[in-house]
Amino acid sequence: MMWNETVETMNREDMRKLQSYRLKRVVEHAYHNSTFYRRKMQEMDVTPNDIQTIDDIVKLPFTVKQDLRDNYPFGLMAAPMSEIVRLHASSGTTGKPIVVGSTRKDLSIWAEAVARCLYAYGATKNDIAQVSYGYGLFTGGLGAHAGVETIGGTVIPMSSGNTEKQIQLMHDFGANILCCTPSYALFLAETIHASNIPLKEFKLRIGAFGAEPWTDNMRKELEEKLNIKAYDIYGLTEICGPGVGGECECQNGTHLWEDHFFPEIVDPVTLQPVAPGEQGELVFTTLTKEGMPMLRYRTRDLTSLNYDKCPCGRTAVRMNRILGRSDDMLIIRGVNVFPSQVESVILELPEFEPHYFIIVDRVNNTDTFQVQVELRPEYYSDEMNKVLALKKKIATRMQSVIGIQPEIRIVEPRSIERSMGKAKHVQDNRKLY
Amino acid sequence: MLAKQLSIFLENKKGRFTEVARILGDAGINMTAFTVSENSDFGILRLIVSDTEKAIQVLRDKLYGVSVTDVVCLRCPNTAGSLAKAMEIITANGIFVEYMYAFSEGETANVIIRPDDLEKCIRVLQDNKLELLAADDLYKL
Repeated sequence: MMWNETVETMNREDMRKLQSYRLKRVVEHAYHNSTFYRRKMQEMDVTPNDIQTIDDIVKLPFTVKQDLRDNYPFGLMAAPMSEIVRLHASSGTTGKPIVVGSTRKDLSIWAEAVARCLYAYGATKNDIAQVSYGYGLFTGGLGAHAGVETIGGTVIPMSSGNTEKQIQLMHDFGANILCCTPSYALFLAETIHASNIPLKEFKLRIGAFGAEPWTDNMRKELEEKLNIKAYDIYGLTEICGPGVGGECECQNGTHLWEDHFFPEIVDPVTLQPVAPGEQGELVFTTLTKEGMPMLRYRTRDLTSLNYDKCPCGRTAVRMNRILGRSDDMLIIRGVNVFPSQVESVILELPEFEPHYFIIVDRVNNTDTFQVQVELRPEYYSDEMNKVLALKKKIATRMQSVIGIQPEIRIVEPRSIERSMGKAKHVQDNRKLY
Repeated sequence: MLAKQLSIFLENKKGRFTEVARILGDAGINMTAFTVSENSDFGILRLIVSDTEKAIQVLRDKLYGVSVTDVVCLRCPNTAGSLAKAMEIITANGIFVEYMYAFSEGETANVIIRPDDLEKCIRVLQDNKLELLAADDLYKL
């Protein structure tokens, strides 16, 4: 079943017409209502008149995460606050989060986007969905929540955490759909297996998993352990949140709802569009957003697009598996971590050498996050407690800057590799891409 | 009366102590006493050597994290109750011992002590007629 069959199966020519019409409108809206975009377009000598079809999108400036930080909190809004009905924010790297405001219409389009995903997974109004994404500033919880309500299903607004209760209610309420991060789903699966409730007493059949990268192996494990079909839900706060796209029953690419969120793939270095089907950085333009339109927003996710018609009947473009990121951001236990944050802490503490090495791994389906550091010569001590106190000091400081606490490993002098050029600071052993 | 102790930071990895022993051995430096304090990821090797300055030099050349601490070496008979007597004096005078370690040579025992108040510790032990080993004598053992 499809939630919006007309759009989801629209032929490519009609889709281009719709996208062209909407691009023109959103550019006019952004130009006239946002100083930020007007200034950016003026710098490039582009006016809304230059945008006639979707192909003209290449004339528009790119938007990056730093733009949102530089204009914190409301600098990119293109609607008056009287029209903004919701604010979401995602974790910041240097103290400032990024903030996104939505109008009532923005929220309804977002809810429809999630509804399309849920229908693509085979969900109906008869399903009971347990939403175990966090509720709050994070878009996961409220986004999934609105989608389930839109299709007329029943929501269990669990939010994240409190695993024992999650399992109890999932069992007692007969939840059919589980919405959460794939790593939390695995943790729930293991807790169920360790409990004395047999799996056959659960009614789960669909998993809607996203907000962090995951692999086909994880999908297989989740499907076996929970006796479900596990589907990807893709999204990012800057565009709306979860629901920018979702997989269908074919589980062969994530359909992007391109009538609202226009995807491009560009070379992350030259920023030129790549040939169709080639890999590059995914860029989105929101075609219908009012509150905070995004023109050519660089997601930093590396992937490719497949415009072939899907066996499910949808023509909506499919995004292939994400292959990595064009920046150095790590997603560790759902938290965005930049090596530069680790570096900033090390540089502010005089006891440590300005060198570090990050090792990320996944053990028993939980991300591990280790930071190796060296003491400066004068801080080596004969007393264990003094060294342990320094270890605690840096770990606590990192927790407050990054949002999660790494395991600190103090290593011997000069054992962290020095290099003349760009030092390699990260070893990610998780094989998620 | 103060002796110099070296403390070397060692990761908990195979062969780390072996390497230190080899470096000192090759430099002709003898270890008089040592002790290791460790946790799950690193250890601190504390040792007394025959030539402190030279040992610091060769270890730092090999990039080890080395610090130097003053310690006291108490010399007492290697008999039951003699350490207890000395420790009672230390405790009774309000001195806290950060750590200590000992080795014996026949009828004599040598106890290396790192108190929180070095000067007071030395004074108290001397006032009570306990024998302290001079640094140079300790290094030669």
